[in-house]
Amino acid sequence: MKTLSTLFKSNIREYGMLIALITIMIFFQYQTDGILMRPINITNLVLQNSYIIVMALGMLLIIVSGWIDLSVGSVAAFVGAIAAVMMVKLDIHWSLTMLVSLIIGAAIGAFQGYWVAYVKIPAFIVTLAGMLIFRGLTLLILQGEAVGPFPMEFQRLSTGFIPDFFGVEGFHVTTILIGILLSIILIALDWRARKNQQKYGFEVTPFYFFVLKNAFITGAVMLLCFLMASYKGLPTVMVILSILITLYAFVTSQTTIGRRIYAMGGNEKAARLSGVNTPRLLFGTFVNMGVLAALAGLIVTARLNTATPKAGDGFELDVIAACFIGGASASGGIGKVIGAVVGAFLIGVMNNGMSILGIGIDWQQTIKGLVLLLAVFFDVYNKNKSV
Amino acid sequence: MVIDLSFKTPNHQGQENMSDVILEMRNITKTFPGVKALDNVSFSVRQGEIHALVGENGAGKSTLMKVLSGVYPYGTYEGDIFFQGRECRFRDITESEKVGLVIIHQELALIPFLSITENLFLGNEQAVGGVIDWNKSISMTKELLEKVGLHESPNTLITDMGVGKQQLVEIAKALAKEVKLLILDEPTASLSESDSEKLLELLLQLKAQGISSVLISHKLSEVSKVADSITILRDGATIETLDCHKDPITEDRIIRGMVGRDMTHRFPPRESNIGEIIFEVNDWNVYHPLHEDRKVSTNINLNVRRGEVVGIAGLMGSGRTELAMSIFGRAYGTRISGTAYKHGKEVDISSIDKAIANGIAYLTEDRKAYGLVLIEEIKNNITLTNLQAISDAKVVINEPKEMTVTSEYKDKLNIKCSSILQLAVNLSGGNQQKVVLSKWLFANPEILILDEPTRGIDVGAKYEIYTIINRLAAEGKGIILISSELPEILGVCDRIYVMREGKIVGELPASEASQELVMKYIMTQEVTA
Repeated sequence: MKTLSTLFKSNIREYGMLIALITIMIFFQYQTDGILMRPINITNLVLQNSYIIVMALGMLLIIVSGWIDLSVGSVAAFVGAIAAVMMVKLDIHWSLTMLVSLIIGAAIGAFQGYWVAYVKIPAFIVTLAGMLIFRGLTLLILQGEAVGPFPMEFQRLSTGFIPDFFGVEGFHVTTILIGILLSIILIALDWRARKNQQKYGFEVTPFYFFVLKNAFITGAVMLLCFLMASYKGLPTVMVILSILITLYAFVTSQTTIGRRIYAMGGNEKAARLSGVNTPRLLFGTFVNMGVLAALAGLIVTARLNTATPKAGDGFELDVIAACFIGGASASGGIGKVIGAVVGAFLIGVMNNGMSILGIGIDWQQTIKGLVLLLAVFFDVYNKNKSV
Repeated sequence: MVIDLSFKTPNHQGQENMSDVILEMRNITKTFPGVKALDNVSFSVRQGEIHALVGENGAGKSTLMKVLSGVYPYGTYEGDIFFQGRECRFRDITESEKVGLVIIHQELALIPFLSITENLFLGNEQAVGGVIDWNKSISMTKELLEKVGLHESPNTLITDMGVGKQQLVEIAKALAKEVKLLILDEPTASLSESDSEKLLELLLQLKAQGISSVLISHKLSEVSKVADSITILRDGATIETLDCHKDPITEDRIIRGMVGRDMTHRFPPRESNIGEIIFEVNDWNVYHPLHEDRKVSTNINLNVRRGEVVGIAGLMGSGRTELAMSIFGRAYGTRISGTAYKHGKEVDISSIDKAIANGIAYLTEDRKAYGLVLIEEIKNNITLTNLQAISDAKVVINEPKEMTVTSEYKDKLNIKCSSILQLAVNLSGGNQQKVVLSKWLFANPEILILDEPTRGIDVGAKYEIYTIINRLAAEGKGIILISSELPEILGVCDRIYVMREGKIVGELPASEASQELVMKYIMTQEVTA
């Protein structure tokens, strides 16, 4: 039977980042006199970082494939600008606008993916070009001015909350029910996986570990839901995020597509000679990134209630940093969705906490840079030690 | 550098032999966490001899040479090293090179986009105050190239030369450092027979000039050809040192020392049970992917029968790999024409996934670059060719099922690993090759093309691979074996095709073939041309 300490050692990267996140949260919770964990601040934190997380999901796949995408900030701005012009100037319905925006995102991804996957131009160059192209087109479409405001329905995408069906004054019962439901589903899934492993005669983690782990997860989920319920309930964005994170975690770890992406990033030639259609797969990864960048663009635009030429400036760096802090390898083949999400939250909490404390942007940047370096150093250090 | 100038003499050597011995390593013990890689190994080389170091993979040859050259610095091992009578305590490679110990690794350490001159003097630039004297460098390069018999301009880029010539550049580079003892780790592993021949010839010339060398090799024919003495390592210990001039040393004698048992059969016996033709290609033509008017395969016709092992012999560069890869889903070449038939019916194998779906597997000659995803687990490597088979609804991977299936392969092919969750990069060459084989068996092919399946793996693992090949043939699969080692082709195959310059120039049943006959087919054109 595996002991707790060997389990911890073999997963030191993931647990390490989680522990770092929790430590930093406790630190800021203490330093800000409890402001950090207030429901309204948590809502803000999620809203502020939602688009980083959305894009980090796509970026992780690109980085695992062995490439990088520098254009996501510009693409988000570009799609936001198109959506703004469609809704405000052309009076097109918000739902159609969103659909068209996502399709445009896919088309941009396909455009860049084509150059990378089929013409074999390095993604760094293609997406650097894309970064300039789509920033330029954003300026062109907006003609240098901000466009807004938008219909209420569209704004709800990022500032809305899920409706409550119970109407208890000051407490969002639906949120609590969702939390309970989610906890039950998570425990059931983990239990099923455990049974499945036992069925095939494999060693499973000790039962007390299973109980501890699920108690921790359930506790975290319920705490979050309780905090949210005492404010306005779950933000719409948080629901979208949860669904996306679950979906991408599942696809990368449990499906053939995910497995092939990791193989392609680990050794493209070996993967191709094993029958993996690597150009098509890489192309797909970029299309996926385009769609997620478009979604992020819509969320940002809805949140600001205006599309501006400077929107999304520098997002790509936060997104890429999130993936690397989360343990992705720059040479491809290594990285996890949960890692990228934790990495994004780590950056988010630091941004938020430092802002509350009134630390200037100068020090914020410096500290974030150091954290990135430290996290990657931690990786390299562990790798050398294990060899 | 710490060189003890007091001339400590190795005390068990007789005084009259002193000048004779250039290198003496005494009681070297090197431990890694949990493993004793070298256990009290002693090894000595006489002045002006070629000393072969042989042993199975993992016997400790490379570790011993790394201790010698300072890759493992003084203090990380136990024991003493004496070079030219002086005790040496190297802290890194530069220190060992300074006294004239140069090691040439299996993976060449040349920079592809730099010229021969630039490579020769890399780290040893002929410079005054940091400014390189190119005229001097180039004229020295010419001299060195002359010495190693390489007729190339000093400005030729490494990337524009074949592996054989690159190997010569490595030796020239060693000569530039005024080498006294040259250590070559598997120098001929990726060379053709004729290039290997040249290299061995060069070693003999250097020997005549008084340069001693240590030759690590798996190719025993070479060892017995050039070596003056042979030291055999097994499981991190010196087994014996044979003097080639005292008594005639046969290959079987060496193998006995290496594996610790008599290996009367280097190839497992097999009863061929050959059926009908299951796969054939007709009028197969392939052009070079970059130089589109250069033909790399011309009018190839070949077939393989049920339960048959067909060999393709030929020199490196004769177009064997190119042919195999073009058949395997057009993984190589352009403007490919010709037809492929399986069980008499034409099949579409125009892409790799179609080739796999039609029951064709291709095991590449370079398992690290093309065969394995080294940073992934054994299990993920094995299932990559046929992920649907372990997935629910063809999409969701059933991990327990995957573990069960891959564990079966681990047992069946005897893959030595701590678990199937071990990373492929941490396996020895032979075990890596078994993982690649497993991966192709998992795709459940009818026709297996094996390209140099035993390159760079030790005698014991080779035998196991041959056994697997036999078993596959007995199961009714058709096997095409590409190999540069003629004994292997002769020992394993039922029928042999000989390739030269992209054409099949001979076909003969193994029963009629001999090493000399096949060699004649391979060489004829070159002799008359």
